This record gives sequence, C-alpha cells and structure tokens, in this order.
Amino acid sequence: MPPLFELRDVCFDYEGIAALRGLSVGIAQGERVALLGANGSGKSTLLRILDGLYPAAQGSVRFDGLPLTPERLQNDDFALPFRRRVALVFQNPDVQLFNPTVWDEVAFAPLQLGWPKEKLIAKVNETLELMGIGQLRDRPPYRLSGGEKKRVALASVIVLDPEVLLLDEPTATLDPRSQSQVIDLIQEWKGLSKTVITATHQLEIVEDVADRIIVLEEGRIAADGTTAEILGNHELLLRANLVHAHRHSHAGVVHSHPHVHSHAKHEH
Amino acid sequence: MSRGFLESTTMAFARAITRAMLSERTARQRGLLQSLDPRVRVVGLFSLVLAVTLCRRIDAVAGLFALAVVLALLSQVGLAILAKRVWWVVLAFTGIIALPAIFITPGDVVTRLGTVFITAQGLRAAGLLVLRVETAVTFTALLVFCTPWSHVLKALRALRLPREAIAMLAMTYRYVFLLVETAAQMFESRRSRTVGVLAPAERRRMAARTAGVLLSKTIETSSEVYLAMQSRGFAGDIQVLCDFRMTMWDYAGLLLFLAVGSFAVWAGR
Repeated sequence: MPPLFELRDVCFDYEGIAALRGLSVGIAQGERVALLGANGSGKSTLLRILDGLYPAAQGSVRFDGLPLTPERLQNDDFALPFRRRVALVFQNPDVQLFNPTVWDEVAFAPLQLGWPKEKLIAKVNETLELMGIGQLRDRPPYRLSGGEKKRVALASVIVLDPEVLLLDEPTATLDPRSQSQVIDLIQEWKGLSKTVITATHQLEIVEDVADRIIVLEEGRIAADGTTAEILGNHELLLRANLVHAHRHSHAGVVHSHPHVHSHAKHEH
Repeated sequence: MSRGFLESTTMAFARAITRAMLSERTARQRGLLQSLDPRVRVVGLFSLVLAVTLCRRIDAVAGLFALAVVLALLSQVGLAILAKRVWWVVLAFTGIIALPAIFITPGDVVTRLGTVFITAQGLRAAGLLVLRVETAVTFTALLVFCTPWSHVLKALRALRLPREAIAMLAMTYRYVFLLVETAAQMFESRRSRTVGVLAPAERRRMAARTAGVLLSKTIETSSEVYLAMQSRGFAGDIQVLCDFRMTMWDYAGLLLFLAVGSFAVWAGR
C-alpha cells in the first residue's frame, strides 16, 4: 500500500533562501507524526507543501498515489475532495480567522465545498459545542483571546472531519489549560485513525501527539524514528537546537546536560 | 510622546474598521432593505446614487435625501449612527471643498463679510454639492449597513463583476483588519521605545520607515490570508449560506427603486 504522502527530493526556497533541501519522506495513513525542529528549520514550509499551498521547486509530492501539483489543484474534481480530506491549521490564528463572526468562520470551509444547507448548519453547531465555543458563535474572531482564537481555528477545519490534520504549532502561545484541551483533542483523533502531522518545537507535547518524529534541521531530515528513539537521543536534540545545555552546580561541582521537559515525566 | 497625524489617523481608521465589523450586526437585523434580495439592494441603491449625481436641482436632491432617511428608519439604521459615521464626516470634508464656492460664484449678493460677498448662486452651488455627496454616501452606507459583506460580494458577482475583482474585494476586507491592527501595534511599539518629543523631521523619517515596513508586512500578510482561504477551499467565488432567490416583493422593490431614481432625474433636470 503506497504511503498517503510521498515526497521525493523536495526542495523549496523563499526568493533564493533555501527552506527545504532535497527532502524525501513517506507518511502512511493513520500515522501520528511530529515534525520537530527549531525555528526556521522548514516545518511550516513542509506543512504547506503537504497542503498543496506551495508547489515544490524541485522533486515530487504525491498524495494518495497522485501527484500533488498546482495544475491538479486547479481541477475541482481533485481539489474539492483534497480540501475535504486534508486540513491545515495555521500557526497564527489571526490569518486563518477572517470572517465577521465565529459561526461564519466555522461555516467558511463547508460553504466553499458546497455542503447542503441543513448538513452545514447542523455540523457547524455540533463543532462549536464539541470545541466548547458555542457561547462565542456571534462574536467577531478578532476580539477573542489567544486560546479562544486557536480553538476557533481548530474548529474551522475540524468541521470538515478531515482524514488528515496538519497542525502548525498547535499549542504555541496557549495557556496550560488551553494546551491541555488541544492535546486531549489530538489524542481523541488517535482512536479515529486520522493522520495527524504536527509541526512543533515543544518537546513536552511530542509524546502526547505523535508516535513518530521527523527531526528537521536547516531544511533537511536530521532523523526519523519513533518517539522513544528520538527523545532518547539527547545529542541529536541538542544539535538540532531542541534542548539547551543546562548548567548548574551540586556541592560546588558544575554540571552541564540537556534539559528536557515531558508531560509524562520531567527529567533532567 | 504626543500622537502624530499619521498615528492618529491610523488609530481612527482602526476604530472605523471595528465599527464596520459591528455593522454586520445591523445587516442581520430585520428591516425593509434587509428583506430585499441583496442584488436588488445593490442595483437599487446604486441607481439612486446615480440619480443623485444626475440631479441638478437642490429640491430633487433634498427629496432623495429624505428618502434615504426614511429607508434608514425602516431598516433599523439609527439616525444617530448615520449622523456620526456619515453626515458629520461628509460635511467636514465636502464643506471644506464647497466653502470657496460661496464667495467666488458670481451672482446676486445676499450679504457681505468685509471685502467679500456671499451670493445666492454661491450658496446654492455649495449647498447642492454638500447635499449631493451627503445623499450619495448615505445610500452607499445604507447598502453596507444593511447587507453582510459576503452578500454584497456575491451580489456583485451575480451582476457579472469579474471574478478577479471580487477576489480582490474579498481579500481587502479580510485582511484590512489585520493590517490596521498591525499598524496600531507598530505605533504602540514605537511609542513605548521613544522618550521625549521627536523633531518634526525625525518624526517624518520614522513615519516613512514605518510605512515601508508596513508595506512589506502587508504583502506578507495578504499572501498568508489568501493561503488560509485557499486551504479551506476558496477558489475565487464567494459562497454564502442563503441562496439568492427573487420573489415578487424583490421585483416590486427593484421597480420602485428604478422608478424613483428615474423620476428624481426627470424632476431634477
């Protein structure tokens, strides 16, 4: 069975500045993958390539066995099911929330995809309740708090019940309670066989949201393995700028070692 | 540090944008204009704007202004809101342009202020200009107050406005809020790092630099918003929940708009 996403030698640059350099990877259906990397490592770019928003400058990207190209995405027969199946939550909710009310925001994608009116209204209302934002339905999104915006942004794609969720730093800038709610939600998807690809640099959430980690370093894959393998490799994490050397002293003796936090355990 | 002209203008614009957002609420209330098909609202109100510009008699324009007031009242748009957001603003801007006409238009002298004369023809010309603009802007404001923006766009598309133009309007509306917020934050950030009063030349230089950075951010933000729209299936056409369907009431409304507009043009010729 071919992988759901298959990338071969993918390169991408922003006006001459390389963001991805010859990246090859396959992601199977139902996998929970974390794209781990420091700022500027190419995580967000990779998510946008997977969502068909950026075309690869070199190399090939295939989705479900078919090439993911701008030409194909201009064809409604391919684009509509693709947009229905694959959803991206942007890092900055402000760019994703552009409708007059929260209700309109959540209804935006189903409307674009031509859902029937009754199904649309029922699903939007259900999603608002599921995300605990029913009370915000008539509020303009730009007036919400950071946590509320993030939940609305998530609701705006969850409403489609997509098979693939691409999450760009889903818990960054959230308070602990909101972080926990988002993580709970991602964990619920595990039981629903959804493919969840989470870009993050927060090691403390990785175990909760992924079973496989792809470490990106300057647009290249530095490592690819299970959560346990990658998180256990402190040298790799240190080199990829995902942990910092923590210096302190015990009885006058100075120690230096990586500093890792985890929801499951808090270790030094 | 006191706020400069640019900063005050940006802040005022931010407030105006916020109010524009709130006008979506008025658009969803029940009222005469809201009960009409959005296409009828667009065509009808623009035909009245056209009639206003073609009228040469002040009494005909005054009649159209009275009609605008009646339409506002029947559409739950408060006159206080209109006065604050439209009439005073238009009066301030157009008044400045119209004022010289009172003194420079030759004709029958009404009164004399020192060495200058105020003529009846000058008063009429200035009054006609101000009233025309007030009336035209009031009709346009009524369209915005009584129609959700997405419906305006869909109506314009139904009226064969090119898809590219609609996409541009949609984009503008969607990211203008972000842009204004970014601009406001940039000014606040600058103020928080500025001590004392800057010299006017330095203030101008800083404003120019800020404008340059803002332009770059604008381009970046607009492409981000567009990507976010694309990601959720936007392909250039605006989709709204309600289907536009013309009823007898809509046809009657359209005919009435066109009849009133035509009559006003004939009466004001």
